[in-house]
Amino acid sequence: MMALRRIWGLVYRHLCVYRGSWPRLVDLAYWPVLQMVIWGFTSHFFASRVGGGGAMTVGMLLGGVLLWEMALRSHLGFSVTFMEEVWSRNLGHIFISPLRPHEMLSALTIMSVVRTFLGVCPAAVLAWALYKFNLLSVGPVVVLFAVNLMVMGWWIALGCISLILSQGGGAESLVWSMLAGLTPFACVYYPVAIMPHWLQPVALALPAAHVFEGVRAALGQGIIRWDHLAWAAGLNIFWLLAANALFLQQFYAARRNGALMNIGE
Amino acid sequence: MYAIRAENLTKRYKTATAVDGISFSAACGETVGLLGGNGAGKTTTIAMLLGLIVPTAGSINILGHDMATDRFAALAKMNFSSPYVALPHRLTVAQNLRVYCHLYGVRHTETRIAELAEELELGPLLNRPAGQLSAGQKTRVALAKALVNRPELLLLDEPTASLDPDTGDLVRSWLERYRAESGCTILLASHNMAEVSRLCSTVLMMKRGTIVDRGTPAALLDRYRREDLEDVFLDIARDRQAEPA
Repeated sequence: MMALRRIWGLVYRHLCVYRGSWPRLVDLAYWPVLQMVIWGFTSHFFASRVGGGGAMTVGMLLGGVLLWEMALRSHLGFSVTFMEEVWSRNLGHIFISPLRPHEMLSALTIMSVVRTFLGVCPAAVLAWALYKFNLLSVGPVVVLFAVNLMVMGWWIALGCISLILSQGGGAESLVWSMLAGLTPFACVYYPVAIMPHWLQPVALALPAAHVFEGVRAALGQGIIRWDHLAWAAGLNIFWLLAANALFLQQFYAARRNGALMNIGE
Repeated sequence: MYAIRAENLTKRYKTATAVDGISFSAACGETVGLLGGNGAGKTTTIAMLLGLIVPTAGSINILGHDMATDRFAALAKMNFSSPYVALPHRLTVAQNLRVYCHLYGVRHTETRIAELAEELELGPLLNRPAGQLSAGQKTRVALAKALVNRPELLLLDEPTASLDPDTGDLVRSWLERYRAESGCTILLASHNMAEVSRLCSTVLMMKRGTIVDRGTPAALLDRYRREDLEDVFLDIARDRQAEPA
């Protein structure tokens, strides 16, 4: 119970930031909505040119946009919530309280979920209203796709936080670009097979590539590729454990070299 | 019973030694002053006591808990205040106090906030963002944050720095009263010698990472044959020796 109290304390601290700031709330949905508008018109244009199968093309592109936004928002929700503590120079207060590191990570995870849904839901509603695309038309399995992509966002964010603990605020710019930089390997809009052979192992080491192979199979052939889902889940567990080990190592190193007092400078 | 027991505490970085094998203790209910110039090792010592920095060597026992193995049990019973460590600026004072009540597992959160607001005259400030407060108000809020869990050990880093004499005196009076009423142990790092003379029963003089002298304020004045602690501080800072006993 005490652990839940502490986790809630940190979640409450971040909810307060959003409650008092409408620009921050707008910012959560701004990019997903913008992406949806641009890709919605683009995919309709392509669909009108290719004739038959155009609806499926629209579905694959818009499904890809929405699901990849879930990974991006999940990653940013986790890492930016941590950065808020760095920016407000509050890490010292937090780490001298009885809050355990894993409780802090739990709070960051909860904030990531909240931020992801606040960011992606308006875009999903827009996709349905403007382009008649319903993400749930993929089937109930879409929940498993979404969960896997969100978990991928968390372990990449954990890697970014480890980098900040190690290198200080100077590593902040990587927080914004790390996952976006992996977009080519996530194979959001094209199959893995289209990549050069030597690049395919890189893509297949990422859960996202398996998720999007699964999404294309569900939308195109109406089948659920459990093998890809299993690969995505297995890779997520592996990378999550590795990122967690890296975080604990860097957290201890930060305590050893006094960095927790100075991060942000 | 000791509230703090530090033995052979050492912190070395790659190119420098910040704290060099110091040992000291603070009995429960005692107020101990940590004095020294810039770079003497006061902040590093406090950070090690708080678990923010891992010592290179030595041990720390806080209220019966070994900080190397039982840190979180100790952290629940202690707290810290410094004008140099800000609270989140966008949150109101009440929201900030609520956050720390949750983090420290304080029961009856709203009652505790009301108590602190009354004791530290924070009532009119509760709904104001912490970032909009004056230096004196921020100091009182930081002190309230440090007291949310009714700590048995309170670490204060220059608690009255940047305060006008009147507000500084109010804070000092409040600390004296709080210590007398609660039996709390206080470790106070300060550059204000009058403050240390008034509040502390024991003073540790630090220089270049070591404790170069220690004693009651009266004993130090007597040893250095000085009228006030500021002169003692200057003697130590400028390597003038104490008179032989």
